[in-house]
Amino acid sequence: MNIVVCVKRVPQLQDVDLEIDKSKRDIRKDNLVYFINEWDNYAIEEAVRLKEKLGGTVTAITVGDEDDEEVLRRCLAIGADKAVRIDPGSLVPDAYVTSRILSEIIKGLEYDLILTGVQADDVNNSMVGIMLAELLGIAHSAVVTGIEPSGDEAIIRIELEDGIDEVAKISLPALLTIQTGINEPRYVSIMGIRKASKKELNIKKLEELNLSQDDLMQRTIIEEVYFPPDTEGAEMIEGDPAMIAERIIEIIKEKGVNL
Amino acid sequence: MGEIFVVVEHRQERLREITLQMLGKADELCRRLSHDLTAILIGGQDVPPLSELVEMADRVIVIKDERLRNFDSDLYKEILIRLINEREPYLVMMGHTPWGMDLAPSLAIKSGFPLASDCVDIIAEENNLKVVRQIYNGKLFSKVSFRPSKGYLITARTGAFASDEAGEHHGEVIIMEASTDLPDSRVEFMEFIDSGSGEVDITQSELLVSIGRGIGEKENIEKIKELANLMRGEVSCSRPIVDKHWLPKYHQVGTSGKSVKPKIYFALGISGAFQHVAGVGGAGVVIAVNRDRKAPIFRVADYGVVDDLFNIVAALKEKLC
Repeated sequence: MNIVVCVKRVPQLQDVDLEIDKSKRDIRKDNLVYFINEWDNYAIEEAVRLKEKLGGTVTAITVGDEDDEEVLRRCLAIGADKAVRIDPGSLVPDAYVTSRILSEIIKGLEYDLILTGVQADDVNNSMVGIMLAELLGIAHSAVVTGIEPSGDEAIIRIELEDGIDEVAKISLPALLTIQTGINEPRYVSIMGIRKASKKELNIKKLEELNLSQDDLMQRTIIEEVYFPPDTEGAEMIEGDPAMIAERIIEIIKEKGVNL
Repeated sequence: MGEIFVVVEHRQERLREITLQMLGKADELCRRLSHDLTAILIGGQDVPPLSELVEMADRVIVIKDERLRNFDSDLYKEILIRLINEREPYLVMMGHTPWGMDLAPSLAIKSGFPLASDCVDIIAEENNLKVVRQIYNGKLFSKVSFRPSKGYLITARTGAFASDEAGEHHGEVIIMEASTDLPDSRVEFMEFIDSGSGEVDITQSELLVSIGRGIGEKENIEKIKELANLMRGEVSCSRPIVDKHWLPKYHQVGTSGKSVKPKIYFALGISGAFQHVAGVGGAGVVIAVNRDRKAPIFRVADYGVVDDLFNIVAALKEKLC
């Protein structure tokens, strides 16, 4: 089973104060810590587990600059066999353009499955994977929490709302967008990443791909980014923990709950 | 004058709430832009009752076929693309749900319409369409415009629009049979499975002590269970805790878990992703404790505490012992 996994490097957002940059269309990124997008981490883990069970190869792909190779090295350490980085140069691709670029590389590869994350933690589009499937003309399913391949099909589990899952049969090749929790991603040591540095990492430039001006034109344009209005929000309880605890108990009792 | 399509979402012969929310917003857009509102219902022979849809749209187009009983991205897309080519709508809306996440991006490629996903607002000024989205984990909003096109595609976040804003329509119902030349589907529905039931029913609790990523380690959950016992409540959680298998799925609050309605929802170390917050709408009072003062949970909580959650847990235990 040959599997392609599309991954992205995103800023870590927990406990971080974001700042808006001068363009007012994005955040300042020079002061942030980056990591593999959480959903993609589950996707690469799933791909490597399937390979360990069924044989074949795993290829990890990202669209990004040199710093983004960090996530590819991580994928190689987890067990990917090859990695490809497509350098967009100065182009800032939207979801459509990203999927268009990926499709151009992937259509030349042999694959049975393509896995992406359900969404990326930064721009939260949930679009690239399914657009890519449509561009490649293959079957697809979104928000997948289980994959059992057999022959030229796979039984998959799709997460719907309210604790309901759907079980379906999908014909391969297929693209699945992977939901968190599908597996427990392994720990990757610095040593493991260093060891994997001998594995193949190819870099492609946009000019090497058969893409027209129109293919590289954004379909959606971010006009501005801004913080949510200050007026929304909670009444903050201040003080030392004992004072805060007292106030919390008071609030709970006010609501008629017996403690 | 053109049309706005709202693609009706349903499961097991029942309308999904997101559809009514989108119809409310679409109605407002139609009035501003002088468009007609068309609800598109694709399903099997037993479709959900049409009464609500008729009151909320200028027309309801129903396409019935047993092959369409359950959501099928391949077949639904094919039907929608034919309707789009025939009627040339200005805007096509669907929910940013597992359904819409599978259908909208492929429809965008097939139709050539630009797509903006997971929108929390839609602004229409003289045929200049813009949307508002949340990015970076809900810490920022972005205002997004489209490259000019014949038509546009938008998926709407569940809960972003109130469903009671609909106008008083008496829409006409157009029932169509699906054409016989539909392509073979590549994804075959097998069954639904309920993965959300278990020993505890958190939807019945008066008080929930709910934990998120901020709990740090599995061992810490014991401390929270002790507190929940002292408070005579139950422990619930956000998605990362279930993803890590620290608690079973039936403890999870949110769109893919349970919607809860306790008098008190005590959120500890939960950042407040919208998928989680969507399950807390019915709570009486939300009290949130988080180290990150910019955590989105503070925008939906009634009371907030910026502190290490374990400091507060320890202080509460002391007072309640």
